Amino acid sequence: MRIGVVRFPGSCDEVDALAAARCVGEARLLWHADRDLHGVDAVVIPGGFSYGDYLRVGAIARFAPVMESVAAFSGRGGLVLGICNGFQVLCEAGLLPGALLPNSGRRFLCRQVDCVVTNAHTPFTRACGEGDLLSIPVKHTTGRYHAPEVMLDEMEAHGQIVLRYAPGHNPNGSERDIAAVVNRQGNVFGLMPHPEHAVDALTGSRDGLRVFESMREAVAGPVAA
Amino acid sequence: MRARILVRPKAGLLDPQGKAVERALPALGFEGVGNVHVGRLIELDVPDGSDVAAMCDKLLANPLIEDYEILYEADGLPGPNGTPTFDRPA
Repeated sequence: MRIGVVRFPGSCDEVDALAAARCVGEARLLWHADRDLHGVDAVVIPGGFSYGDYLRVGAIARFAPVMESVAAFSGRGGLVLGICNGFQVLCEAGLLPGALLPNSGRRFLCRQVDCVVTNAHTPFTRACGEGDLLSIPVKHTTGRYHAPEVMLDEMEAHGQIVLRYAPGHNPNGSERDIAAVVNRQGNVFGLMPHPEHAVDALTGSRDGLRVFESMREAVAGPVAA
Repeated sequence: MRARILVRPKAGLLDPQGKAVERALPALGFEGVGNVHVGRLIELDVPDGSDVAAMCDKLLANPLIEDYEILYEADGLPGPNGTPTFDRPA
Protein backbone atom coordinates (compact mmCIF):
# COMPACT_ATOMS: atom_id res chain seq x y z
CA MET A 1 0.00 0.00 0.00
CA ARG A 2 1.19 3.55 -0.77
CA ILE A 3 -0.02 6.29 1.57
CA GLY A 4 0.27 9.99 0.78
CA VAL A 5 0.57 12.46 3.66
CA VAL A 6 -0.39 16.05 2.85
CA ARG A 7 1.89 18.85 4.05
CA PHE A 8 0.28 22.29 4.40
CA PRO A 9 2.08 25.41 5.57
CA GLY A 10 1.70 24.96 9.34
CA SER A 11 1.37 21.17 9.40
CA CYS A 12 3.41 19.68 12.23
CA ASP A 13 2.51 15.99 12.47
CA GLU A 14 3.22 14.94 8.90
CA VAL A 15 6.57 13.36 9.78
CA ASP A 16 5.05 11.15 12.47
CA ALA A 17 2.22 10.30 10.07
CA LEU A 18 4.80 9.23 7.46
CA ALA A 19 6.58 7.08 10.04
CA ALA A 20 3.31 5.45 11.09
CA ALA A 21 2.30 4.85 7.47
CA ARG A 22 5.69 3.23 6.81
CA CYS A 23 4.87 0.64 9.49
CA VAL A 24 2.27 -0.77 7.08
CA GLY A 25 3.55 0.18 3.62
CA GLU A 26 5.20 2.88 1.57
CA ALA A 27 4.57 6.55 2.22
CA ARG A 28 5.33 9.88 0.62
CA LEU A 29 4.56 13.54 1.24
CA LEU A 30 1.98 15.36 -0.89
CA TRP A 31 2.45 19.11 -1.24
CA HIS A 32 -0.58 21.33 -0.59
CA ALA A 33 -0.08 23.31 -3.81
CA ASP A 34 0.25 20.19 -5.98
CA ARG A 35 -2.92 18.64 -7.37
CA ASP A 36 -1.12 15.40 -8.19
CA LEU A 37 -1.77 12.64 -5.65
CA HIS A 38 1.00 10.56 -7.28
CA GLY A 39 -1.13 7.42 -7.47
CA VAL A 40 -1.34 6.77 -3.73
CA ASP A 41 -3.85 4.26 -2.35
CA ALA A 42 -4.80 6.37 0.66
CA VAL A 43 -4.38 9.96 1.85
CA VAL A 44 -3.65 11.26 5.35
CA ILE A 45 -4.46 14.87 6.29
CA PRO A 46 -2.20 15.32 9.31
CA GLY A 47 -2.35 17.44 12.44
CA GLY A 48 -0.97 20.91 12.89
CA PHE A 49 -2.09 24.45 12.19
CA SER A 50 -2.66 24.57 8.45
CA TYR A 51 -2.45 28.14 7.12
CA GLY A 52 -2.08 29.33 10.69
CA ASP A 53 -5.65 28.23 11.47
CA TYR A 54 -6.65 31.70 10.26
CA LEU A 55 -10.35 32.57 10.31
CA ARG A 56 -11.33 29.16 11.79
CA VAL A 57 -9.42 25.94 12.21
CA GLY A 58 -9.30 24.16 8.85
CA ALA A 59 -11.22 26.89 7.03
CA ILE A 60 -8.47 27.99 4.62
CA ALA A 61 -6.78 24.62 4.04
CA ARG A 62 -9.88 23.27 2.39
CA PHE A 63 -9.20 25.61 -0.56
CA ALA A 64 -5.68 24.27 -1.15
CA PRO A 65 -5.20 22.82 -4.66
CA VAL A 66 -4.44 19.38 -3.21
CA MET A 67 -7.85 19.33 -1.50
CA GLU A 68 -9.63 19.41 -4.87
CA SER A 69 -7.85 16.19 -5.73
CA VAL A 70 -8.51 14.73 -2.28
CA ALA A 71 -12.24 15.47 -2.67
CA ALA A 72 -12.28 13.81 -6.10
CA PHE A 73 -10.26 10.87 -4.74
CA SER A 74 -12.73 10.39 -1.86
CA GLY A 75 -15.60 10.64 -4.34
CA ARG A 76 -14.12 7.63 -6.15
CA GLY A 77 -14.04 5.70 -2.86
CA GLY A 78 -10.40 6.41 -1.95
CA LEU A 79 -9.49 6.17 1.74
CA VAL A 80 -8.91 9.51 3.48
CA LEU A 81 -7.77 9.74 7.10
CA GLY A 82 -7.91 13.13 8.85
CA ILE A 83 -6.14 13.46 12.17
CA CYS A 84 -6.77 16.42 14.51
CA ASN A 85 -6.31 19.48 12.25
CA GLY A 86 -6.91 17.07 9.37
CA PHE A 87 -10.28 16.17 10.93
CA GLN A 88 -11.08 19.89 11.19
CA VAL A 89 -10.12 20.41 7.54
CA LEU A 90 -12.33 17.51 6.38
CA CYS A 91 -15.29 18.90 8.35
CA GLU A 92 -14.78 22.39 6.88
CA ALA A 93 -14.50 20.84 3.41
CA GLY A 94 -17.85 19.11 3.90
CA LEU A 95 -16.27 15.67 3.45
CA LEU A 96 -17.27 14.82 7.03
CA PRO A 97 -20.35 15.94 8.98
CA GLY A 98 -20.13 18.29 11.95
CA ALA A 99 -17.58 20.78 13.23
CA LEU A 100 -14.95 21.13 15.95
CA LEU A 101 -15.34 23.80 18.65
CA PRO A 102 -12.95 25.09 21.33
CA ASN A 103 -12.49 22.64 24.22
CA SER A 104 -15.11 23.13 26.92
CA GLY A 105 -12.32 23.68 29.46
CA ARG A 106 -10.71 26.38 27.27
CA ARG A 107 -7.23 24.91 27.72
CA PHE A 108 -4.88 23.21 25.31
CA LEU A 109 -4.95 19.50 26.17
CA CYS A 110 -2.15 17.00 25.81
CA ARG A 111 -2.84 13.63 27.36
CA GLN A 112 -3.36 9.93 26.76
CA VAL A 113 -7.04 8.96 26.46
CA ASP A 114 -8.90 5.68 26.10
CA CYS A 115 -11.25 5.38 23.15
CA VAL A 116 -13.85 2.67 22.63
CA VAL A 117 -14.27 1.20 19.15
CA THR A 118 -18.00 1.51 18.45
CA ASN A 119 -17.86 0.47 14.81
CA ALA A 120 -15.25 -2.14 13.82
CA HIS A 121 -16.61 -2.51 10.29
CA THR A 122 -14.93 0.51 8.72
CA PRO A 123 -11.73 0.46 6.61
CA PHE A 124 -10.07 2.33 9.49
CA THR A 125 -11.08 0.00 12.35
CA ARG A 126 -11.44 -3.44 10.76
CA ALA A 127 -8.29 -4.66 12.57
CA CYS A 128 -10.08 -3.89 15.86
CA GLY A 129 -12.91 -5.62 17.66
CA GLU A 130 -16.12 -3.88 18.64
CA GLY A 131 -15.71 -2.57 22.19
CA ASP A 132 -11.89 -2.63 22.08
CA LEU A 133 -10.19 0.10 24.07
CA LEU A 134 -7.48 2.06 22.26
CA SER A 135 -5.05 4.18 24.26
CA ILE A 136 -4.11 7.13 22.04
CA PRO A 137 -2.91 10.67 22.86
CA VAL A 138 -4.88 13.85 22.17
CA LYS A 139 -3.28 17.30 21.86
CA HIS A 140 -5.55 20.12 20.81
CA THR A 141 -7.38 23.32 21.73
CA THR A 142 -10.29 22.94 19.34
CA GLY A 143 -11.53 19.36 19.63
CA ARG A 144 -15.09 19.56 20.90
CA TYR A 145 -17.09 17.69 18.29
CA HIS A 146 -20.43 19.25 17.51
CA ALA A 147 -23.27 18.51 15.13
CA PRO A 148 -26.99 19.28 15.38
CA GLU A 149 -28.99 16.63 17.27
CA VAL A 150 -30.84 15.46 14.17
CA MET A 151 -27.54 14.96 12.35
CA LEU A 152 -26.07 13.07 15.32
CA ASP A 153 -29.09 10.73 15.44
CA GLU A 154 -28.73 10.06 11.74
CA MET A 155 -25.00 9.37 12.15
CA GLU A 156 -25.68 6.97 15.00
CA ALA A 157 -28.25 5.15 12.87
CA HIS A 158 -25.68 4.69 10.09
CA GLY A 159 -22.78 3.61 12.29
CA GLN A 160 -20.85 6.77 11.52
CA ILE A 161 -19.63 7.24 15.08
CA VAL A 162 -16.57 5.03 15.08
CA LEU A 163 -14.69 5.86 18.28
CA ARG A 164 -16.01 7.31 21.52
CA TYR A 165 -13.98 8.53 24.47
CA ALA A 166 -14.26 5.90 27.22
CA PRO A 167 -16.39 6.87 30.24
CA GLY A 168 -14.55 9.60 32.14
CA HIS A 169 -12.10 10.19 29.27
CA ASN A 170 -13.96 12.82 27.23
CA PRO A 171 -11.29 15.53 27.37
CA ASN A 172 -12.98 18.37 25.50
CA GLY A 173 -16.77 18.20 25.96
CA SER A 174 -17.46 16.49 22.62
CA GLU A 175 -21.11 15.66 22.11
CA ARG A 176 -21.97 12.04 22.86
CA ASP A 177 -18.28 11.43 23.68
CA ILE A 178 -17.49 11.36 19.96
CA ALA A 179 -13.78 10.95 19.17
CA ALA A 180 -13.98 9.74 15.55
CA VAL A 181 -16.52 9.76 12.74
CA VAL A 182 -16.74 8.35 9.24
CA ASN A 183 -18.72 9.63 6.26
CA ARG A 184 -21.84 7.80 5.08
CA GLN A 185 -19.88 5.99 2.33
CA GLY A 186 -17.38 4.78 4.93
CA ASN A 187 -14.17 5.91 3.19
CA VAL A 188 -13.45 9.26 4.87
CA PHE A 189 -12.50 9.09 8.53
CA GLY A 190 -11.63 11.84 10.99
CA LEU A 191 -10.53 11.75 14.61
CA MET A 192 -9.09 14.12 17.22
CA PRO A 193 -6.79 11.56 18.92
CA HIS A 194 -3.44 10.96 17.19
CA PRO A 195 -2.99 7.32 16.13
CA GLU A 196 0.31 8.25 14.42
CA HIS A 197 1.78 9.11 17.82
CA ALA A 198 0.89 5.66 19.18
CA VAL A 199 2.72 3.19 16.94
CA ASP A 200 5.76 2.40 19.08
CA ALA A 201 6.01 1.04 22.64
CA LEU A 202 8.63 3.71 23.27
CA THR A 203 5.91 6.35 23.43
CA GLY A 204 3.60 4.31 25.64
CA SER A 205 1.12 2.64 23.28
CA ARG A 206 1.00 0.88 19.93
CA ASP A 207 -2.80 1.02 19.69
CA GLY A 208 -2.76 3.69 16.99
CA LEU A 209 -1.10 1.24 14.63
CA ARG A 210 -4.39 -0.61 14.32
CA VAL A 211 -5.88 2.27 12.35
CA PHE A 212 -3.06 2.00 9.81
CA GLU A 213 -3.22 -1.83 9.80
CA SER A 214 -6.96 -1.57 9.13
CA MET A 215 -6.27 0.67 6.14
CA ARG A 216 -3.69 -1.78 4.79
CA GLU A 217 -6.22 -4.63 5.06
CA ALA A 218 -8.89 -2.55 3.39
CA VAL A 219 -6.63 -1.57 0.49
CA ALA A 220 -5.30 -5.15 0.11
CA GLY A 221 -8.74 -6.30 -0.94
CA PRO A 222 -12.27 -7.01 0.04
CA VAL A 223 -11.41 -10.14 2.03
CA ALA A 224 -14.21 -10.75 4.51
CA ALA A 225 -13.15 -9.55 7.93
CA MET B 1 -19.25 49.88 -0.24
CA ARG B 2 -17.87 48.81 3.10
CA ALA B 3 -19.45 45.87 4.90
CA ARG B 4 -18.96 44.79 8.48
CA ILE B 5 -19.74 41.23 9.45
CA LEU B 6 -20.27 40.18 13.05
CA VAL B 7 -19.77 36.47 13.63
CA ARG B 8 -20.99 34.96 16.90
CA PRO B 9 -21.05 31.47 18.39
CA LYS B 10 -24.51 30.05 17.71
CA ALA B 11 -26.96 30.67 20.52
CA GLY B 12 -27.11 27.73 22.90
CA LEU B 13 -23.60 26.46 22.17
CA LEU B 14 -21.11 26.56 25.02
CA ASP B 15 -18.82 29.56 24.48
CA PRO B 16 -15.70 28.97 26.60
CA GLN B 17 -14.12 32.30 25.56
CA GLY B 18 -17.21 34.22 26.65
CA LYS B 19 -17.25 32.31 29.94
CA ALA B 20 -13.59 33.13 30.59
CA VAL B 21 -14.21 36.84 30.03
CA GLU B 22 -17.35 36.72 32.17
CA ARG B 23 -15.33 35.29 35.04
CA ALA B 24 -12.45 37.72 34.59
CA LEU B 25 -14.53 40.91 34.85
CA PRO B 26 -15.60 40.54 38.50
CA ALA B 27 -11.94 40.01 39.38
CA LEU B 28 -11.39 43.59 38.20
CA GLY B 29 -14.32 44.88 40.22
CA PHE B 30 -16.90 44.94 37.39
CA GLU B 31 -19.90 43.26 39.01
CA GLY B 32 -23.21 42.17 37.53
CA VAL B 33 -21.94 41.35 34.02
CA GLY B 34 -23.60 38.35 32.40
CA ASN B 35 -24.27 36.61 29.10
CA VAL B 36 -20.82 37.45 27.67
CA HIS B 37 -20.02 36.13 24.20
CA VAL B 38 -16.88 36.59 22.15
CA GLY B 39 -17.06 36.54 18.36
CA ARG B 40 -15.24 37.85 15.33
CA LEU B 41 -15.39 41.07 13.31
CA ILE B 42 -14.70 41.09 9.57
CA GLU B 43 -14.72 44.24 7.44
CA LEU B 44 -14.42 44.36 3.69
CA ASP B 45 -14.97 46.57 0.64
CA VAL B 46 -17.39 45.17 -1.93
CA PRO B 47 -18.82 46.55 -5.19
CA ASP B 48 -22.30 46.06 -3.76
CA GLY B 49 -23.93 44.01 -1.03
CA SER B 50 -25.29 41.23 -3.18
CA ASP B 51 -22.62 38.59 -2.46
CA VAL B 52 -21.83 39.17 1.19
CA ALA B 53 -24.30 36.64 2.57
CA ALA B 54 -22.92 34.00 0.19
CA MET B 55 -19.37 34.82 1.34
CA CYS B 56 -20.51 34.30 4.92
CA ASP B 57 -22.17 30.98 4.15
CA LYS B 58 -19.21 29.64 2.19
CA LEU B 59 -16.19 30.95 4.09
CA LEU B 60 -16.49 33.76 6.60
CA ALA B 61 -18.73 31.85 9.00
CA ASN B 62 -19.50 28.18 9.58
CA PRO B 63 -23.30 28.03 9.69
CA LEU B 64 -23.20 24.83 11.77
CA ILE B 65 -21.63 26.62 14.73
CA GLU B 66 -21.85 30.36 14.05
CA ASP B 67 -24.44 33.05 13.34
CA TYR B 68 -23.54 36.16 11.40
CA GLU B 69 -24.94 39.64 10.98
CA ILE B 70 -24.08 41.90 8.04
CA LEU B 71 -23.99 45.67 8.42
CA TYR B 72 -23.26 48.21 5.71
CA GLU B 73 -21.54 51.53 6.06
CA ALA B 74 -24.03 54.33 6.61
CA ASP B 75 -24.12 57.11 4.02
CA GLY B 76 -20.94 59.01 4.69
CA LEU B 77 -21.65 59.70 8.35
CA PRO B 78 -18.41 59.36 10.28
CA GLY B 79 -18.47 57.94 13.81
CA PRO B 80 -17.19 59.74 16.88
CA ASN B 81 -13.52 59.11 16.05
CA GLY B 82 -13.83 59.66 12.32
CA THR B 83 -14.41 55.94 11.75
CA PRO B 84 -17.34 54.99 9.55
CA THR B 85 -20.58 54.12 11.29
CA PHE B 86 -22.48 51.03 10.27
CA ASP B 87 -26.19 50.48 9.93
CA ARG B 88 -28.26 47.43 9.35
CA PRO B 89 -29.11 46.79 5.72
CA ALA B 90 -32.41 48.32 4.61
